[in-house]
Amino acid sequence: MKKAFLLVLVVLFVFTAVSLAATYKIGVSIPTADHGWTGGINYWAAKAIEDWEAKRDDIEFFLVASSDPQRQVSDIEDLMVKGIDALVILAHDSAPLTPIVAEVYEAGIYVVSVDRGLLLPVQDVYIAGDNPGLGRVAGQWMAEELGGKGKIVALEGIPCVINTERVEAFEAEIAKYPGIELLDSQPAYWSADTGYEVMSNYLQKYPEIDAVFAQDDDVLIGVLAAYEESGRDDIKTFFGGAGSKIMIKKVMDGDPLVKADVTYPPSMIATGISLAVFGVTGEPLVGFYQQKVPSEVILAAELVTPENAHLYYEPDSVF
Amino acid sequence: MPEEKSFFKKIDITKLGPLVALAILFVISAFASPYFLQVRNLLNILSQVSFTGMIALGMTFIIISGGIDLSVGSAVAFSGGVMIIALNGLLQVMSEPLALLVGFLVALGVGIGCGALNGLIVTKGRLAPFIATLGTMAIFRSLILFFGNAGNLTVDFRYTMLKDIGRGRTFGVQNTIWVFLILTIILQFVLNKTRYGRYVCAVGSNEKVAKFSSIKVDRVRFMTYVITGATVAFAAFFAAGRMNSISTTQVGDQYELDAIAAVVIGGTPMTGGTGIIWGTVVGAIILGMISNMLNMVGVSPYLHGTVKGIVIIGAVLVQEIGKRSTSKLSN
Repeated sequence: MKKAFLLVLVVLFVFTAVSLAATYKIGVSIPTADHGWTGGINYWAAKAIEDWEAKRDDIEFFLVASSDPQRQVSDIEDLMVKGIDALVILAHDSAPLTPIVAEVYEAGIYVVSVDRGLLLPVQDVYIAGDNPGLGRVAGQWMAEELGGKGKIVALEGIPCVINTERVEAFEAEIAKYPGIELLDSQPAYWSADTGYEVMSNYLQKYPEIDAVFAQDDDVLIGVLAAYEESGRDDIKTFFGGAGSKIMIKKVMDGDPLVKADVTYPPSMIATGISLAVFGVTGEPLVGFYQQKVPSEVILAAELVTPENAHLYYEPDSVF
Repeated sequence: MPEEKSFFKKIDITKLGPLVALAILFVISAFASPYFLQVRNLLNILSQVSFTGMIALGMTFIIISGGIDLSVGSAVAFSGGVMIIALNGLLQVMSEPLALLVGFLVALGVGIGCGALNGLIVTKGRLAPFIATLGTMAIFRSLILFFGNAGNLTVDFRYTMLKDIGRGRTFGVQNTIWVFLILTIILQFVLNKTRYGRYVCAVGSNEKVAKFSSIKVDRVRFMTYVITGATVAFAAFFAAGRMNSISTTQVGDQYELDAIAAVVIGGTPMTGGTGIIWGTVVGAIILGMISNMLNMVGVSPYLHGTVKGIVIIGAVLVQEIGKRSTSKLSN
């Protein structure tokens, strides 16, 4: 019994010693996988941490995933206890997380804010996808695919800034083609179930549809299910967004309905973690002639086609 | 010998159980994570549990009286949200401290109003509390979703006083913890030292007998919901301050479950009639400590619910076994 106790103590001591040996501590705070895309965020965060830990042992990572903004505030408070040197955060929601991140930032901790911006300038680096770009690329591709002529229905996300940027850019792009008519645009809340409902209504309402812009690959799953059930065969093309492995696979396999996709990559969290590593260790980025990491990084909305789809296919990811 | 017997009865396992559980959990946590024993971490745990903890204090009264309140989480979002709407208006016309004071009174009024509505439906409407508060839970949440367009109600970041109070510290300890402590002392006093407290227990243990003893049963039960409404308002004020905003979809989500769990883990039986305020505090801390410890050790957040569930069931099971063995002894 005594020996066992001693053993436990030794093990604990070793653990503590190991954790103290790390020179840099980086906390990563993300939402739990409440839908496909955040599932991807969880996958990529874990992957980046694994990759970095394999590469060097002077950095220790703490990953916390929170189910709601209040929980995320608590989780970041807990990270502070661990004495982190950098925080990579994808905020559940901008407003509720701003005060705690401000506290973190003011405590001199290096902050990388990913995707969902904060209401105050309390970060060292902001990295996000290109929302207007997503809408623009989708609009361009669709207009070309339709030969500048046809009837489109669109599905939108949760009403918020991100959604508005995408929708407006998409509409601006197709407005360049007088032959293209946007029949309807309704929120599907980035959810497959709602996508199914909205698409079912569209199919009832509009006897003639040439193309569907679902804006999100999860939504597209529901949209395709509704289309299949309807038994119709008039729609020529479907376009989602974000680049889930299901849709990328369809593009790769030459699916007749889903011929392209556009990225809004959850891997941005992995890049964010890397930026935190460079930022906190003070290592300049390769090829950059500046000492510091750029304060803002907007990732391109990349068009995925059958030719390049294999580069985007990540079979192990949940998204 | 009768003296000694009653002494042992006083410290029977049902009452000490939660404390023992807390002590065990404390030791395990201390070994599991080198960060656990840091003062900062311990204070974090207390401040994180204080929101549901405050509500659980009120919930203890309701459960003792034989009721339940499922609407507390929605009521937090509702009263907190209305407060922020009011605050943003008030800040235009008066000084910040005054606006904040009025805003707090608004939250208190709305919280108490929510509780009073529950109390009325339960006592005058004669509806089962479970059904009544299931209904108001939906109503409060939907109203604040409507007012806030299902988004965030945010205080203009130029005004920092709400945030400063909500996130601030006094004598090195978070303000939320102080308020939680003060509410605990007040409600402990009310339950154990006042006539009203005895009436609550009497109503919960046998309504008919209470009625025959000319206790105004309806009024006693009504007041338990009002008290809870007040504790909800305090939680709402600090929840809003903590994040400088109220997320209408997510603030207060599942608070009712945590509050009820804290009460039950703390040794107050769901059947009512008796209860321990400080037990509820211990229950709340146990819940907070579990998720903190799991966090510190790095357990997947998806498993937190499993551990929590096991602890809730385990706590009640131990109490039941304790009760059975003591009743066997007295036979």
